[in-house]
Amino acid sequence: MTSTAAALRAAPLAASRAPRDRTLLLMLPALAMLVLMFFVPMLLFFVRTFMEFSGTTAAFVAQARELLLSQPYLTALGTTNWIALIVTLTVLLIGYPIAYYLTTATGPSVSIVVLSIVLPYFTSIIVRTFSWMVLLGTHGLVNDTLRAAGLIREPLPLMYNRLGVLIGMSYVLLPYMVLTLFAAMRGIDRSLLRAAEGLGASGFYAFRRVYFPLSLHGVLSGALIVYILAIGYFITPALMGGQHDIMVAMLIDRELEVAVDWPSAALMSLSLLLVTLVLYAVYYRVTDIRRLIGAR
Amino acid sequence: MRRWTPSFLRIYVALMCVWLLAPIVIVVILAFSGDGYLHFPPSSLSLRWFDRFFGDLQWQHALLSSLIIGSIACIVSTVIGFFAAYAFLRAEFRGKKLLLSLMLTPIIVPSIITAIAMYYLAVRLGLVGSYLWIGLCHAVIAMPIVLLILLAALHAVDPNLERAALGLGSSRLRVFWKIVLPIALPGIMSAMLFAFLASFDELLIALFLSGVYAQTLPVRIWNSLNLQVEPTIAAVSAFLIAVTAVILAVDGILRHRRGERRRRAAA
Repeated sequence: MTSTAAALRAAPLAASRAPRDRTLLLMLPALAMLVLMFFVPMLLFFVRTFMEFSGTTAAFVAQARELLLSQPYLTALGTTNWIALIVTLTVLLIGYPIAYYLTTATGPSVSIVVLSIVLPYFTSIIVRTFSWMVLLGTHGLVNDTLRAAGLIREPLPLMYNRLGVLIGMSYVLLPYMVLTLFAAMRGIDRSLLRAAEGLGASGFYAFRRVYFPLSLHGVLSGALIVYILAIGYFITPALMGGQHDIMVAMLIDRELEVAVDWPSAALMSLSLLLVTLVLYAVYYRVTDIRRLIGAR
Repeated sequence: MRRWTPSFLRIYVALMCVWLLAPIVIVVILAFSGDGYLHFPPSSLSLRWFDRFFGDLQWQHALLSSLIIGSIACIVSTVIGFFAAYAFLRAEFRGKKLLLSLMLTPIIVPSIITAIAMYYLAVRLGLVGSYLWIGLCHAVIAMPIVLLILLAALHAVDPNLERAALGLGSSRLRVFWKIVLPIALPGIMSAMLFAFLASFDELLIALFLSGVYAQTLPVRIWNSLNLQVEPTIAAVSAFLIAVTAVILAVDGILRHRRGERRRRAAA
C-alpha cells in the first residue's frame, strides 16, 4: 500500500512539471477580479482625489496636516481607539471562558453553544444592531423590565451614547474572538494539564501556569482581529451612538455625505487604511492566516 | 479522563448563550406581533407585519434586488474562488502565504473605505444602480470567504487520485470534471451558500452603489431605521435571520456528509 502510494507520488512528478505551472493560471481570474475591482478602485480613489487638489504640493501638505491635526479628527481618532480598546478587552474577557468551555465540554451542550455563537455571527450586522436598538431603547425590554421590577423609576440612557456603542459592538465582534481563541486552544495538548495535576498542582494552578500561557498566542490573534475590525466600524456606532461617539469611519462618511469634501475623506481613509494594514501585517506574522474567519 | 469544567463555568456559558441568542429570538417574536408599534412582549400575535413586508411593492422590489445581486455574487465568487483555491493547493510557488494574505484583504479593509472606493469608480463608469456591478462588487467581498472554505474542503481531495487518473491516461480536464469536482462538491455548495449570505447581508457597498433603483433589503432597513423604526423591519429582520438559519442548517448537513465521506474513504 505504502509502496504504491510512494510510486504514484514519484512517477508523474517529473511529467507534471508543465501542467503544474498551468495550474497556477487558475489563480488568474481571482487575482484579476481583486486587482481590477478592489485595489485599482482604491488606488484611483486616493490618487485621483489628491490630484484634483489644485495648488502646490506644499499647500497640499499644509492642508493635509491641518486636517489630520484638526480637533474633530483628533477627537474621532481618540474615540475610535478608545472604543476599539474597550471592545477588544470586553470581548476577550467574555469570550475566553466560552472558548475554553468549548474545548473541554462534550455532548449536545457543545452544539448549543456553537449555535449561539455562529447564528449571530452570520446574521446581518444591521439586523443585530436593530435587535439591540429594540432592547436598549427608552421603552425597550431592558428598561421596561427594570421599571416593572421597581429597580428604577426613570428609564436608563442605554442607547445613543457610548454605552450603547460598546454593547452593540461587543455583541457583533464577540464571535470573532471566540472562534479565534477556540482554534488556538484546540491545539493545546491537554495531557500537559494532567501532567501538572499529577505532579500535585491544583486545577486552577495548572490552568494558570500551563494552559493560560499556551493560549496567549490565540489571545493575541483574537485581540488583533477584533481591534482591526473595531477601528473601521461604521454601522453599529452610526445607529447606536450619540453625538460624542463619532468614530473615524463615521467622520469619513460625513465628509462625503454632508460636506462633499472628497480630499478630506480620502486623507482620513488613507490614514485608517494604513493603520489597518499595519495591524494586519502583525496579525499575519503571529497567526495562521487561514483562520481569519474562524477555524473550519 | 477528567476534564476541568467547574459548574460556575457552565452557568456562565449558559448565561452568555442566552445573551447571544436573546436579541435574535426577541426580534423573531416581535415580527409576529399584533401591535401597531414595537413593544416586547407583544400583547397579541399576528402575521400582519409579514403581510406588510411581502405585500409592499418597495419591500418586494428590495427582496428581488437582494436575490439577484446575491445570486450574481454567489456564482461569480464561487467559480473564481474555486479555481484559486485549487491553484493554491496544487501549484507550488513561492510566497504562497503572502499571496493568500493579499487575497484576504477585502475582509479586513474597513467596509466604508471599500464602499467609497467602489462608489468612486462606479460613478465614473456610470454603473451606480447596476445589479451586475453591485453583484460583482459583492463577489469581491465574498471571494475571500469562498477561498477559505474551499481551501479547507479541497484539502480532503487526495492528490494521488488525480495522479492515478492522469497516469492512466485521463486528460487534465476530465480529471477535474470526474474526480476533483465530485469530491469537492459539498464544500463548493457550502461556499456558494456563504457567498450568497455575504452578499445578502452586506450593507455599506450596496448603500453606496444602489442609487434609488437597486436598493437591497439591508439598505431598505438602514433607510427605515434612520427615518422611523416601524415593526415591518422586525418582520424583514426575522426573514433575514431565517435565511441565515436555513443556510447554516444546510451547511451542517453538507459538512456531516463530507465527514462521512472522509470516514468511508479512510475505512
